[in-house]
Amino acid sequence: MSSTTGVTVRGLTKTYGGTPVLDGIDLDVSPGERVVIIGPSGTGKSTLLRCLNYLDRPDAGQITIGDLTVDAAQARKSDILGLRRRTGFVFQNYALFANKTALENIMEALVTVQRLPRAEAADRARAVLAETGLAEKADSYPAALSGGQQQRVGIGRAMALGAGVLLFDEPTSALDPEWVGEVLDLMRRVAEQKQTLLIVTHEMQFAREIADRVLFMHSGSIVEQGTPAQIFDAPQDERLRRFLARTGG
Amino acid sequence: MQGLDIGYMLGLVPVILGYVPLTLAMASAAMVCALVLAALLAVERVARVPVLDRLVMLFISFFRGTPLLVQLFLFYYGLPQVLPVLTRIDGVTAAILGLTLHFAAYMAESIRAAIVGVDRSQWEAAQSIGMTQRQLMQRIVLPQAARVAAPTLVNYFIDMLKGTSLAFTLGVTEMMGAAQKEAAGSFLYFEAFLVVAVIYWVMVEALNQGQKALETQLNKAYAR
Repeated sequence: MSSTTGVTVRGLTKTYGGTPVLDGIDLDVSPGERVVIIGPSGTGKSTLLRCLNYLDRPDAGQITIGDLTVDAAQARKSDILGLRRRTGFVFQNYALFANKTALENIMEALVTVQRLPRAEAADRARAVLAETGLAEKADSYPAALSGGQQQRVGIGRAMALGAGVLLFDEPTSALDPEWVGEVLDLMRRVAEQKQTLLIVTHEMQFAREIADRVLFMHSGSIVEQGTPAQIFDAPQDERLRRFLARTGG
Repeated sequence: MQGLDIGYMLGLVPVILGYVPLTLAMASAAMVCALVLAALLAVERVARVPVLDRLVMLFISFFRGTPLLVQLFLFYYGLPQVLPVLTRIDGVTAAILGLTLHFAAYMAESIRAAIVGVDRSQWEAAQSIGMTQRQLMQRIVLPQAARVAAPTLVNYFIDMLKGTSLAFTLGVTEMMGAAQKEAAGSFLYFEAFLVVAVIYWVMVEALNQGQKALETQLNKAYAR
């Protein structure tokens, strides 16, 4: 499934209690491009992703995803739903529905939002679950799954939407080290499908492997961007150099 | 002190038992209405609709802050003087209405707490996949909240069942009213009220057992 959905952001601004978290972000992501966003905590990386899915309401700016352009500050309900239908979101803490099985978690949007017949939704969800390698866990509730398995279901839930863009918000940060590998493996497989990806992560090695482009954010701005080789091997900005020295990237 | 008139008591049991269906009907009707109302109030308390939120808080505060008996008298004897339409309300309806409003206020707070207890990230996940507020409430939040609130709600049902005895003060001949009438004829007040007490006790114990079974069942859920 190769994506034809690109992302364009213009002047995206978000302030929390007087402090700017996003300071007029401009960003162009081509269809099928894999973008990894790195940077210190609290620099707006997550907020940027959350604004694209409208989990956070931007103060100003414009978001274009595929064929939909939304004036972020005055988005209507249909705009918000439009953004959400075009983006799948993977949460740091998985955020699976505790009252639904793995399969039902993946089916949920297909049934309630896309209004597919139940049987068809189940078939599609089963196929996605198989891609995550958890076919045999279809009837397990989240409480019975390991952190790694839960996050793989979380990724499956986002994949199943058939949205053009997948947003990963620190998908491995809440995991015990033993489960990080299996989640990154699944993300590698997703990356091979030429989906448009925006990934916030602290896994520098992973970023180097799969990114077409790496963005370094600091204090609500994109300070530097380039290929993994440019960013990791020849960083220009002093703040980026210090960040990489600290994180061992 | 004289001995209990056991024979009289045994004879009274089937008479009082004859009124159990009415008691159960009043309690069940009030429970269903109260649950629906409480869920609506709770959802409002979480959503905090401007103005409406103030009214809901006032409602909850009043019905939790005044005795059930006072509320029943207000509705049945007081309100019809102000709103003549209400003179046609019979005691049973008034009792169900009173129990509904009174217990809805309490249950709303339990349900609200249970709703807030559902992990915030699940709300966001539901929004992120494009679910409407209504869908996320109905399909994700309320089912989980119900599971948390269920034991407390059963307790309220038990209170409600006992509360139906107050319908007697509105002229309804339910278990308590029937015992009062019998006792007035026989002058065996202790025996008559003891029979009523034991029958309530047995009913409540049965509910307690049911609650225990329910809790075991609920604790098993989602753990497969």
